[in-house]
Amino acid sequence: MSTPAAGSNPARITSEVVAKVAKLASLKLSEDEITLMTSQLSGMLDHFADIDKLDLENVVPLAQPFPLKNVFREDVIVKGLDRDEVLAAAPAAEDGRFRVPPSSGLGEQ
Amino acid sequence: MTKSFATVVDIAQDIASGKTSATEVLEQHLQRINERESEINAFNLVTTEQARQTAAQVDADIKAGKKLGPLAGVPVALKDNMCTRGIETTCSSKILEGWKPPYDATVVTRLQQAGAVMIGKTNLDEFAMGSSTENSAFGPTKNPLDTSRVPGGSSGGSAAAVAAGFAAASLGSDTGGSIRQPASLCGLVGVKPTYGLVSRQGIVAFASSLDQVGPFTHTVADAALMMEVIGGHDPLDSTSLPQPMPSLSSVLEQGVKGMRIGRLADMPDGCEPEVLARMDAAYAALQSAGATIVDISLPSLSYCLTAYYLVAPAEASSNLARYDGVRYGMRVETGDLHSMYGATRAAGFGAEVKRRIMLGTYALSAGYFDAYYGKALKVRRLIANDFAAAYEKCDVILTPTSPTVAFPLGDKTSDPLTMYLCDIFTIPTNLAGHAAMSVPFGTGAHNLPVGVQVLAPALGEQTMFRVAAELERAS
Amino acid sequence: MSNASSAPQHSTALPNGWEMVVGLEVHVELDTKTKLFSASPNRFGDEPNTNIDPVTLGLPGALPVLNKHAVELAIRLGLALNCKVQPSTFHRKNYFYQDMPKAYQISQYDQPINIDGYMMLPGDVRIGIERAHLEEDTGKSTHIGGTSGRIHGSDYSLVDFNRAGVPLVEIVSRPDIRNSDQARQYVAELRSILLAVGASDAKMEEGSMRCDVNVSVRKPGEPFGTRCEIKNVNSIRAVGKAIDYEARRQIDVLESGGTIRQETRHWDDSEGRTHTLRTKEDADDYRYFLEPDLVLLDPDQEWIESIRASLPMLPAARRAQLAELTGANKESESVYVIVERGQDEYIAAVANAGGDAARALVYVQQAFAEEGASPKVAAKDIATLTQMERDAKLTATQAKTILSEMVANGGGDPVALAAAKGFEALDTSAVEAMVDAAIAQQADAWAKYCAGEEKAMGALVGAIMKASQGKADGKVVTAILQARRAK
Repeated sequence: MSTPAAGSNPARITSEVVAKVAKLASLKLSEDEITLMTSQLSGMLDHFADIDKLDLENVVPLAQPFPLKNVFREDVIVKGLDRDEVLAAAPAAEDGRFRVPPSSGLGEQ
Repeated sequence: MTKSFATVVDIAQDIASGKTSATEVLEQHLQRINERESEINAFNLVTTEQARQTAAQVDADIKAGKKLGPLAGVPVALKDNMCTRGIETTCSSKILEGWKPPYDATVVTRLQQAGAVMIGKTNLDEFAMGSSTENSAFGPTKNPLDTSRVPGGSSGGSAAAVAAGFAAASLGSDTGGSIRQPASLCGLVGVKPTYGLVSRQGIVAFASSLDQVGPFTHTVADAALMMEVIGGHDPLDSTSLPQPMPSLSSVLEQGVKGMRIGRLADMPDGCEPEVLARMDAAYAALQSAGATIVDISLPSLSYCLTAYYLVAPAEASSNLARYDGVRYGMRVETGDLHSMYGATRAAGFGAEVKRRIMLGTYALSAGYFDAYYGKALKVRRLIANDFAAAYEKCDVILTPTSPTVAFPLGDKTSDPLTMYLCDIFTIPTNLAGHAAMSVPFGTGAHNLPVGVQVLAPALGEQTMFRVAAELERAS
Repeated sequence: MSNASSAPQHSTALPNGWEMVVGLEVHVELDTKTKLFSASPNRFGDEPNTNIDPVTLGLPGALPVLNKHAVELAIRLGLALNCKVQPSTFHRKNYFYQDMPKAYQISQYDQPINIDGYMMLPGDVRIGIERAHLEEDTGKSTHIGGTSGRIHGSDYSLVDFNRAGVPLVEIVSRPDIRNSDQARQYVAELRSILLAVGASDAKMEEGSMRCDVNVSVRKPGEPFGTRCEIKNVNSIRAVGKAIDYEARRQIDVLESGGTIRQETRHWDDSEGRTHTLRTKEDADDYRYFLEPDLVLLDPDQEWIESIRASLPMLPAARRAQLAELTGANKESESVYVIVERGQDEYIAAVANAGGDAARALVYVQQAFAEEGASPKVAAKDIATLTQMERDAKLTATQAKTILSEMVANGGGDPVALAAAKGFEALDTSAVEAMVDAAIAQQADAWAKYCAGEEKAMGALVGAIMKASQGKADGKVVTAILQARRAK
């Protein structure tokens, strides 16, 4: 996907972008769903273009309501969860562990 | 009309004084559930047996002369996005169907310690994403005041449960109006506390920097009591405010004399005239009670919807990534890990949840972050600055809670944007992290309730409740 | 650990004037009792999924709360690496994988806790440290079926979340490393520092210290080439081998007209080569954003200074001190080995008791390999032994024999041991008599030696040592022979 210039809103969303975003989000979408999603997201993004009118150059982003800092817990062990109870709620488990289908990648780290 | 049901304060007093028993109160509520729940669909689960045990325990404690909690024997319903140990918690989503949390949310523990009787888990828009409770995997909830209409959302089940007399009070969560709007549509008091005043620990996250838990009640006094039970610092939530919970019940009779009430100089379009008429009545009532009305402006108000519908889905896209079919919840078996993720999430999430995950993922992705998410956070700053300037001139701001009264089922489901516009008055508070509540103030079109929203600065709950109590006396 | 020694194993020079540019990303697990954001034990080797809680498993509604001790250890490490400790934030790094319970990792992104540090390597080489930031570890997968537990072709995987949420510090070097020796020295020194400050047990074999290596090549003075990241480099030896292999691979590609793709590669230690793991094209888009469930981490100056004041003397300073005391080169293997074993204080105690520090360095290096930082043999007895050797009351061979006995017995008085063995160095007149006797008996050898055939001296010395039953000091014998010839 193309990278828009900083500050300007990108062009209308395409179905290729929607398909790529669906992959990032691990959502399997049918062709029909991608088409519908493309049109709905386009409509929303058009509406959201209203904020392009604002001069936001020197505005500091606000990600959290209050500037709390240094919230800690002490390094003390507290009894956790029971393995059997947790594994009983898992879709598949074996040998004290969660069982998953084989992966073709190595994840991170 | 809904005040024909007993209040939390009355129930607690009558049980403590021996006038009635917890079991008797519970059975009255279960009786009403039996009569109307099939029509309303307020609950995902009614925990009849557990509730009977808890009520019996309260009655035994009374007999034994034990010290009672402030909510001893009061039937309370919980939105089904609050973790309850060993009791199914679904968020009205197929992806979590059948999941029994191995732990309790902090607010659940506090209600239990106060002696409340948990009567069931209420329906919601899936993962709290919606304004009508029509986006539930388990069917929509109907408004008990007119079952052809929605109760509002996303905490529509919690609102309907109280409005129908199924519970004396309930808890909801409010990310962009999900307590206040259904309270308004169902004729109830609904509180969105200051961000950090009530613990989020054990509340299934929608948008972490916006979510807050609060009560639905019939009266302002009930809401004050509920807040005093669930509020206050929690070391298990890093964003929990360190301040002690202020007393609210004690300030309700203090009136509004000398208070400055903010009125929006530029009211956004789209409000029903009957709603605007009730606003005028509210200003007049407060004025005659000794307050002055001050015109204020929130220049960034119209941009809040955009900021909210970028910030909330962005956080949600990350918060909902954990539903991957590995550790809990449903799984669609396929041949490899990543196709299992895709298939499970495709089958487990409903359309609105998928739409918001897509929107949020897009807003955070490389190349689009600055244009969308980054800008939205800056707009968030602007609205916070607007509020700060406004609160120089006034103590609270009054707005409608919802531009309209309860709308018919199916009315807004075809166009997501129309539905999003329901939240125009409620969203700014969440973006700023401030306090707000909705108080019923008469009726509008179709003789349906209209709610007035009282907005207050962070930790302005005492002032906010004084104004709410005054409006209640005047209504 | 012997592989931590800095003994030079010179990496072969690269052909045709190529230069390698290397940066290291080292993950270390912090030595805390509990996890970074929850109260389950941080413990290696427990039964699978026994150290779990709602936060570790990413259960709905679970919220992280930061472990204060983990922060303290991160600051300790940062200060030891000469970093600036700054206000910092946590972000979410979003990606799906079975061992990442929330489908995001909480990590520090654009505001890490420690920045702009450095480490000195032998030869006054300065390696910049870009950052040393806090993040959480992942769970661990076992791949079942297919070929021998490998991920490719496996039938399914089993996941254990005991390690998920364990506190990590990721130390990112600047691309200042220019050969594999330096890379090995860097990792070894980092390990010594981690152990010295108590931040981590730094066991590469248990995965509590893990290295990713970034390698590119260029001609000197040219801009950096395209780099490849190598993962799964699990020992200091492998760090050197992987870098040398990868640099040569890249040079081969470039010299045959190809280009280097930016990619992640996997080090196969048994094959001694790297393989493509994934290319930049299919790299994830991590959608970093500020973690809304956590707040600003802004350690106050007082706390930072109290941590600084509690830091022990670091390995580099201890090596300098030991070198000063013993007269050895601070970059010599013996100095590195002794400091790594923590026996430098012991040598100082020997010197304080009047011993010869230089001889003590040799004794301790040779005989105390199995001892820890506090050898059982009393420092004053080692001091006495060095004095006896220095005063020629014992020969070097005799001193070594006595030392072995002292180590075997966990101590002992060297004077008594020498007496019991009948070790007493012969006085010079007795040795001179033996020299004269040997010259008489080995006339041929003496004649050759006088004619300048140095190796003929061996026969003479041998005869004298035999006659003295090893009690003659070899150095004294040689000196007398040389004096006789000079006449």
